[in-house]
Amino acid sequence: MTTASIVALVLLLAVAAYACAGGTDYGAGFWDLTAGGAERGKRPRWLIDHAMAPVWEVNNVWLIFVLVIMWTGFPVLFQTVFSSMWLPLALAAVGLVLRGAGFALRKPIKRVAGRRLYGAMFAVSSLLTPYFLGAAVGGIASGRVAPGTVASAQAWANPTSFFFGLLTVTATAFLGAVFLSCDAERWDAPDLVGYFRRRALASLAVAAVLGVAALFVVPSDAPHLWSGLTRGGGLVLALVAVVCTVATALMLLRGHVRWSRFTAVGVVAASVIAWGVAQRPYLIPTSLTVEEAAGAPSTLVWLLVVTLVAVLLVGPALVLLYWLDTHAELESLSESDLRQVGGGSPAGSE
Amino acid sequence: MHNPVPLPAGAHLLLADAPAQLLPARELMAFTLASHIILVPMGVALPLITLVMHYRGLRRNDPTALLLARRWSAVMAVQFAVGVVTGTVLSFEFGLLWPGLMGRWGDVFGIGFGVEAWAFFLEAVLIAIYLYGWRRLPARTHFLLGVPLPAAALLGAFGILAANSWMNTPRGFRLDSTGNPVDVDVWKAIFTPMFGPQYWHFVVAMFLTAGYVVAGVYAVGILKGRRDRYHRLGFAVPFTVAAVFTPIQFVLGDSIARSVFHKQPVKFAAMELVWETDTHVPEYIFGRLHPDGTVTGGIKIPQLDSILAGFRPDTEVTGLTSVPASDRPNPTQATIAHWAFDIMVVIGSLMMLLVLWYAWVVWRRRKRPAAQRLPESRWFYRSAACAGVASVIAVECGWITTEVGRQPWIVYQNMRVAEAVTATRSSTLWVMFGVVIVVYLFIFGSFLAVLLKMRTRWRLADAAAGPPVEGPETGTPYGPRDDVPGAAVGAGTRAGEDGTP
Repeated sequence: MTTASIVALVLLLAVAAYACAGGTDYGAGFWDLTAGGAERGKRPRWLIDHAMAPVWEVNNVWLIFVLVIMWTGFPVLFQTVFSSMWLPLALAAVGLVLRGAGFALRKPIKRVAGRRLYGAMFAVSSLLTPYFLGAAVGGIASGRVAPGTVASAQAWANPTSFFFGLLTVTATAFLGAVFLSCDAERWDAPDLVGYFRRRALASLAVAAVLGVAALFVVPSDAPHLWSGLTRGGGLVLALVAVVCTVATALMLLRGHVRWSRFTAVGVVAASVIAWGVAQRPYLIPTSLTVEEAAGAPSTLVWLLVVTLVAVLLVGPALVLLYWLDTHAELESLSESDLRQVGGGSPAGSE
Repeated sequence: MHNPVPLPAGAHLLLADAPAQLLPARELMAFTLASHIILVPMGVALPLITLVMHYRGLRRNDPTALLLARRWSAVMAVQFAVGVVTGTVLSFEFGLLWPGLMGRWGDVFGIGFGVEAWAFFLEAVLIAIYLYGWRRLPARTHFLLGVPLPAAALLGAFGILAANSWMNTPRGFRLDSTGNPVDVDVWKAIFTPMFGPQYWHFVVAMFLTAGYVVAGVYAVGILKGRRDRYHRLGFAVPFTVAAVFTPIQFVLGDSIARSVFHKQPVKFAAMELVWETDTHVPEYIFGRLHPDGTVTGGIKIPQLDSILAGFRPDTEVTGLTSVPASDRPNPTQATIAHWAFDIMVVIGSLMMLLVLWYAWVVWRRRKRPAAQRLPESRWFYRSAACAGVASVIAVECGWITTEVGRQPWIVYQNMRVAEAVTATRSSTLWVMFGVVIVVYLFIFGSFLAVLLKMRTRWRLADAAAGPPVEGPETGTPYGPRDDVPGAAVGAGTRAGEDGTP
């Protein structure tokens, strides 16, 4: 394996991590959008706020990491993608801003109209941002862009892009529903467990329909991707995704939501990695290979060193965060705690 | 290996034939960066100031200090959230606005961003733990988990400054026959000549600014008559941190100006309005440069520029005319860089005076009880409140000096801004610029509203004697999570909390 292909693998894993972590967040936004009016949607929205608050920023930072690996490791890929997919990426960026601001600033607003405005901003951009990111990926996967391609609608408004966009939104909705169902169990809201379990199953059904539709779109529209997915590593990973899908469906039907998180992540991660493996040896099918796009050899080595050091530093911290979060150890101190304890031991544990 | 991509049409052009999309692309980048940089001091330095206060609270068993630390951590988190959002926009803009820069040079200078991205990641994780760890984690563990925060922040600044200083003094590569960078030496590309000066100047600026801004808030409170312990402590700790860093910054600022003189002489000429290369060069304080090289307005001090640059009046200072007009900032740009530089220097000097005032008063009252050591003068607190705003202005000015002074180069003497710009139509970019302004006004307006709302609630909580019925931060983004609406859990269920009637 060359250094460039290892960096490409790191990039792919980062994309998969963003798809899973960020995807869960986007999914929460999707269900926020569909939760109904202020009264009907109150409890689901409460759960969404509750579940996302400590982790949404961390989940978002994966995207920055994806972009950095792209421009440092594969500058030509970065230039090509951003030049040719100008509009969808610009819209995705605007969506990211509105989404983050909508979520962070919704909570302090007391008036219903204000909450609706911020909530709608958060929810609508939770739908549009993954769609445009997915559509851009579809444009790449179908080989519609090449180094030097100028921006055009055709790069991102085509059958594969449309299909990828819809699939991305569905996948986020699915992940979001599965995780929210688990969270509802954790925070003793039994009615919401079923509420999100039904939605997880519904989005899984939609994903399955889209999977069948793929058989009609991808072979002719993205032939290189198709041939990669029907043999070798691509096929194995695609099968893993299918097995995970079936396993998740069974667990959800039987009510084992807690374990369905892992298979749900398996579905999305396997699909993303299958896409990457199917594209080999290209970063952009048939016009730009991993080796052609690779940056300076010494930079790639250093990028791996930086990544390794970072994994050693960030890995434990990330595990700690998710552990603390899932064990309900994360809760901020209230004013009354401070006053009662007199400040000596705010944790109240000594 | 490096696949050469043809430069956009119009590469190697003169500034006069700049493509139409250059102006909106520049304005958009400038606007988003100038907005983002306001949040940076709080992101880099507020964790340290909060931890200092937190330490004091734990060490002296001081509830007021802990209350302040906890409240600052809430502010830190809200600004970090907005910073994540505006920072993500910047990384998109590298591709959307300057694909030529990233396509050609991404692998030479991108590694700094790699360090920054991971540091940022670590910071996001640690902030989440610190913020949500107050209640459940043991006090000592919670504090210790917060301790790496300032280090992560400094590491992040390291990455960004490595990238920016490389753009100022690019090193660590060789150009092949087609003009593409090869033989990249990452180590040299990170530690470029301007890196050290820029990094330390920047980091210290962040500590100063965060200190003065936080202290400024409490200075206003003191001016309004709130001279309780809460306000005195909230003022004294951040102001002392800033006061310690101010003289250091004075020395560092002088040293970075001299580094620019040696490493980027044309930029120095723009900053100081030097037209012809000469000895015995006068110093202009403000003033305006005209296309014929004359300077009007401002205060002219003979010989001073040469003395400041090389300690001797016969030091030769390179002038703008030493390079062709297409390779240097135009007179307007030079005037902008000069003014930004002078404003920064003036603000820095005034801060020095303020710090001397503070040090003098505190030293004279060193034997009095702690409550009486702070200055009494209202003018002192007025100045301290202004220092908060002034330090933010100084940060903006420093950034303008370095970016405008470098024109027309995006990679100093290697790539013009015009060569790096996107091929997207200028009308599209203007529309995008308009959208971004609206969105940013909305976000920064909301950000300010949230901070003010938190302040109001804290004030109400402090006014009410005894433990408050309801946590004042329940409704803020990072407040305690409220209980399940509709399902009564404990006594805290509040039907009206969500704003639903």
